[in-house]
Amino acid sequence: MSKAILYDSTLCVGCRQCEEACSTRWKLPYNEKIAAEEKISSHKLTTIRTFGEKFSRKLCMHCQDPACASVCPVAALQKTAAGPVVYDEDRCMGCRYCMVACPFQVPTYEWEARLPKVRKCDMCSDRVPGGGVTRCSEACAYGATITGNRDELIAEARKRIADKPKDYYPKIYGVEEVGGTSVLILASVPFDQIGYNTKVIKTALPALTWNALQHVPDVVVMGSVLMGGIHWISHRKEEVARKEGRS
Amino acid sequence: MNNALRTYFWRGSFAIIMLVALYATFVRFYYGLGASTNLSDQFPWGIWVGFDVLCGVGLAAGGFTLAAIVHIFNLKAYKAVVRPAILTAFLGYLLVTVALMFDLGRPYRVWHPLIMWNPRSVMFEVGWCVTLYTSVLFLEFLPMVLEKLGLVKAHRVLKNVMLPIIILGVILSTLHQSSLGSVFLILPTKLHPLWYSPLLPVLFYVSAIATGLAMTIFESWHSAKAFGRQLEFPLVQKMTRVLAVVIAVYLTMRFLDLYHRGALSTLNNPGWERWLFGLEIVLMAVPMLMFFRERTRENPQAIYVGTVLFLLGFVTHRLNVSVTGLEASSGVHYVPKWTEISVTLAMVAFGFFVFRMAAHYLPVFEAEEHQPVPEVPVLEDRAYAHSLARGD
Ligand code: SF4
Ligand code: SF4
Ligand code: SF4
Repeated sequence: MSKAILYDSTLCVGCRQCEEACSTRWKLPYNEKIAAEEKISSHKLTTIRTFGEKFSRKLCMHCQDPACASVCPVAALQKTAAGPVVYDEDRCMGCRYCMVACPFQVPTYEWEARLPKVRKCDMCSDRVPGGGVTRCSEACAYGATITGNRDELIAEARKRIADKPKDYYPKIYGVEEVGGTSVLILASVPFDQIGYNTKVIKTALPALTWNALQHVPDVVVMGSVLMGGIHWISHRKEEVARKEGRS
Repeated sequence: MNNALRTYFWRGSFAIIMLVALYATFVRFYYGLGASTNLSDQFPWGIWVGFDVLCGVGLAAGGFTLAAIVHIFNLKAYKAVVRPAILTAFLGYLLVTVALMFDLGRPYRVWHPLIMWNPRSVMFEVGWCVTLYTSVLFLEFLPMVLEKLGLVKAHRVLKNVMLPIIILGVILSTLHQSSLGSVFLILPTKLHPLWYSPLLPVLFYVSAIATGLAMTIFESWHSAKAFGRQLEFPLVQKMTRVLAVVIAVYLTMRFLDLYHRGALSTLNNPGWERWLFGLEIVLMAVPMLMFFRERTRENPQAIYVGTVLFLLGFVTHRLNVSVTGLEASSGVHYVPKWTEISVTLAMVAFGFFVFRMAAHYLPVFEAEEHQPVPEVPVLEDRAYAHSLARGD
């Protein structure tokens, strides 16, 4: 059963308890200055963003088929069956392809470190797979961020929209985006108005690379035959000459 | 400028470039990527990836292009330039590896992809191909050293296994030259539509072939100047013709692709993307038109100018794909820091320097004298000559 997070921005009051809880979990410093930054970075893995009266939250979307994990040459990023996309810093060589590839601009880098790591939300992978909830869900006193089974959360989100159609924009962000994500978002306005990227494609990204990569064996086989053949043809004159020279 | 002055000028510039780069290297490895680059979470790849790696690998494509032309297609006329091409390729790949050390956050883990597999990753495939191909290039380059040292026996042994090695080299190159384009297939919404295309691998492959030829012409011209040697002019002329055709194929594909994707309409949008696109196309189309004209092909100077224009066009395209084309979606403006520029400049200067050294001390350009017919023993060649003389 795959887990997910549901963030309902209509319930969010911008108290930033989730930010603080997350920083505590990662043993990162947290103070007013960091709270005001409003962007994720290697020292702040989730953030609340203010749009007038409205708030939105940014964290790793934990894509169902994540671009970051598919591009990583050393498989340092992995989508786990339980939902979280996790990072193994011992494998990472720091090519930053994951950062380039992520459609939501999520992975961040410790730019100032001599031997830097990639940093991103891991959906509290020490708690969630065992049935626990994330630190940020736990910290949220308004129920704006909750953890649960993905299909149940989708059903819950649909119900909220159906119950109060006036309060909600009638879509769940994360059901279709890049083929689905394990973070689901509800809003009262179209998602791009509160900072979500609505231009992402609706299918999983790794398929795009696979279209090209799957031809690798064919290129090897065809290439060998073709070049062997061309070599044979193009050197035939000499072969004939050699035979005639001998006779 | 007289000769001595010119030498001083070049040596002085070289020394300055190297000294600055030395300091930049210190900054990079002591203070980290943050201090030595203008990269950010929004813009994680800059010119070390865009130029040093992506262009570097492309500029070294002459190695496989000419190896295929000479050893597979058996076009003997090109034999005179196959060695310089292989040398450039070998140096090119070594430099790319060095550049990669600057860019990787943890360079000492560069070997990780060899044991920690992710076959779904383009970068994984590129890593493997580049590693293997650099080894292949070493083997292709080895005969020059063995000849110099007079190790006839080893030379002969190597020659007997050369064909599969060369075929392997061409396949590995085909794979990673195209895969460098596939690296960007994962960015359908991040890369500007003028550059994002499902055809990127094919475009990268064809432009690499063109660049391989262009670099070979470029080198012939430079070594002719450096060593006072006669340019193999008929050969260079021939290559310009081929180059013109390859560029034509490339540009046709490029425009058909843009047309079918409906991307040409984005040229109406304001912003500097369209100017960079225009620059890229002009820098390729102009040399192509030049090379199709007989007048240009008779003039070494014009050929040289055309070749340099094309190489600039190639670099512009790759930088557009890997750097500038990603700016709009990233929301930040990236300008390389002095350290980034310094390291890149040093790579180029060092490449020139080592190439000149190698060309000076190794039998790169005089292959014909040392080794009358590299892959056919002399006897057979005589037989061939006989058969020719007999008129069949
Ligand atoms: S949002 Fe980005 S970092 Fe998170 S799983 Fe998806 S691709 Fe990976
Ligand atoms: S930076 Fe690390 S985690 Fe990201 S793609 Fe490269 S090796 Fe993988
Ligand atoms: S799920 Fe865990 S790691 Fe992710 S934002 Fe919430 S507290 Fe931080």
